Amino acid sequence: MNRATQSREHNGGPCFEEVEIHGHIIDSLILPKVLDCISANGGTFRIARISIGQARSDPSHALIEVHAGDPAALSRILGQIADHGAVPTAAADCRLEAADIAGAFPEGFYSTTNQPTEIRLRGNWLFVADQEMDCGIVWDPHAGAARCAPMNEIRPGNLVVVGHAGVRVHPEQRPHDSHAFEFMTSSVSTEKPKGVAIREMAHDLAQNRASGGRTLLVGGPAIVHTGSGEFLCRLIRGGYVDVLFAGNALATHDIEQALFGTSLGVYLDRGGLAEAGHEHHLRAINRIRRAGGIRAAVEQGLLTSGIFYECVRHGVDFLLAGSIRDDGPLPEVITDVLEAQRQMREKIRGVTFCLMVATTLHSIAVGNLLPSWVKVVCVDINPSTAIKLTDRGSFQTVGLVTDVEPFLRVLVDELAALETTSPVAAGQPQEVFPS
Amino acid sequence: MTNSDSDPATGAAAAEPSILMCPPDCYGIEYEINPWMSRQRPCDHDLAVRQWNDLRRLLEAAGAKVECLEPVPGLPDLIFTANAALVYRDQAVMANFRHPERRGEQPHDEHWLSGRGFRIHHLPPDCYFEGAGDALFCGDTLLAGYRIRSDIRGHFQVGALLGCRVIPLELVDPYYYHLDTCFCPLDDGMAIYYPPALDRYARQVLSALVPDLIAVDEQEARRFACNAVVVGKTVITNSGCPGLHRQLETRSFQPLETPLGEFVKAGGSAKCLTLRLDGEEAAAWRMPNGRNSSGSCHC
Repeated sequence: MNRATQSREHNGGPCFEEVEIHGHIIDSLILPKVLDCISANGGTFRIARISIGQARSDPSHALIEVHAGDPAALSRILGQIADHGAVPTAAADCRLEAADIAGAFPEGFYSTTNQPTEIRLRGNWLFVADQEMDCGIVWDPHAGAARCAPMNEIRPGNLVVVGHAGVRVHPEQRPHDSHAFEFMTSSVSTEKPKGVAIREMAHDLAQNRASGGRTLLVGGPAIVHTGSGEFLCRLIRGGYVDVLFAGNALATHDIEQALFGTSLGVYLDRGGLAEAGHEHHLRAINRIRRAGGIRAAVEQGLLTSGIFYECVRHGVDFLLAGSIRDDGPLPEVITDVLEAQRQMREKIRGVTFCLMVATTLHSIAVGNLLPSWVKVVCVDINPSTAIKLTDRGSFQTVGLVTDVEPFLRVLVDELAALETTSPVAAGQPQEVFPS
Repeated sequence: MTNSDSDPATGAAAAEPSILMCPPDCYGIEYEINPWMSRQRPCDHDLAVRQWNDLRRLLEAAGAKVECLEPVPGLPDLIFTANAALVYRDQAVMANFRHPERRGEQPHDEHWLSGRGFRIHHLPPDCYFEGAGDALFCGDTLLAGYRIRSDIRGHFQVGALLGCRVIPLELVDPYYYHLDTCFCPLDDGMAIYYPPALDRYARQVLSALVPDLIAVDEQEARRFACNAVVVGKTVITNSGCPGLHRQLETRSFQPLETPLGEFVKAGGSAKCLTLRLDGEEAAAWRMPNGRNSSGSCHC
């Protein structure tokens, strides 16, 4: 089920329309009449906004979401309430303009947000697929579908939505019931009790797995440097990670540890510097390149432990995006950033929970691609990472400022406790944490 | 037809209430746009003229000055001047008729009212609004009938235009297709009404807004008891409304009746045949001594 469908069902019926009514709607009982009319016809409603006139002659205004079980029922309700003055807010179709050149939108294109968005065509509303901020909306008349598209993917003739008419955005609602992170009133938590926060995150992670959601982990090399690679391995073995995004560094140091026991030349078990340890990461990359890649190295028995070994063994879809400072890089690293973005877009489809750990640039890159309804937890020792994410529009981010090692250790412990005490809540029981 | 002797904007006015009427020279049942009308039941033209003249004489006897709109061939319902516009002080909000058969009336109404000095307002063409037939002031509130002829959006636009409170009332019986066929304010706290013509929300709202509601029974409602013209304490209705008249007498009104059966054939009666130019008696904004009076009537 895609997110748009989930959202609509969560709010009432699968079809809905936003209507507004303006006038002396309170003392004339017109507003209650409209609401009664919706209910009497099997629909449901949500008053999105209401302003009541202050003086006797001041009109009031109400913005109402009307939900119904099917388009015919919705149409019937809208027809009836229109007679009482409640009319759709967007009565115009969206305007489409064919792209004139490749790699650019027509002037005046509609610039997307990461919120659920609909466009109106021939009087019908349809949700835009692949919701992503800072894109345009392209209508495919053959498929009868609209989707967000980045400007570099635009081809001449693509029908692009221009202007704001016939476009509506549904800001994500804060759930009224108890929210997993509701105790964290600020988006970035620096001085909050971290144990409680991590317990709630563990609960969310477990629930996401249990409900068939997909979890994306975006990780930086500090996971390995701090000696917490094994915790991530446990998460992977436990089925808590479905997709892993990282750069050359995380994979390199993970493999360095697997092959040499060091990370950046430092022994992770005893902390000492290995002789010629500074060469280890380069030798690790070289071995993998000689083997033909990470997957090949696992299949050849060269790589037998570590995060990426577990990814290959447990079918976790990983993507490594390159940067200008990469050594090697490892063969799987995608060095064309546009191609990396394209593949990341493909892999985030269906992701419902994202855990970003100890990486700034990859976190922001992924935050730009995620729709607003994907819950994001950003863990970093630097508060600016979560702040940057929020500043760039990923408002759904919950930040936790902490060193990565204690975070992952407590997270794994909490998940183990959940599985022991409440295997149903924790989801598919697996032998994740063998004693 | 005459022009105004006083500018309505200035309020320099004589004492008489003034009423716009249109003689029934061109009146007839030429089409059917409400359940009362049937081309199989034509009007008796001579009788209609006599009934109209009788009504006019009663109005003048009650102290009203009658001004006249010139009849136009092909516009038989032009006689129902209540639907021409809503008058508010020196302003007139022109009707947008729902039925094409009546749309030809609007330019004639507008020509007369603008010539009389009213500031003219038009509603958007997609908002149906049938003037004072569906919009009646009761105190400082405009009570507005909708769903059959006028639509609610038109009423809300009128409210925004005039800066007054508008309370829409849903009409549910096609025989009472304008609010003035089932509701008549007598003053800011008293009104005549026929409850079954209104939906339950409208009845509830009226009960809250108007402390003294005089309900008429079905038989008298069918005689257009609610389609009354109020001039001071005089209330003029079609004949055959004795129950209402008794109730009015107990409230110190002077009810008068005059046969208007030829107009009932078209779905109208006393009130429909008049447009009060200086504000209905129940309108809070009406100046106590009357206003907007014109010179003599030459129709």
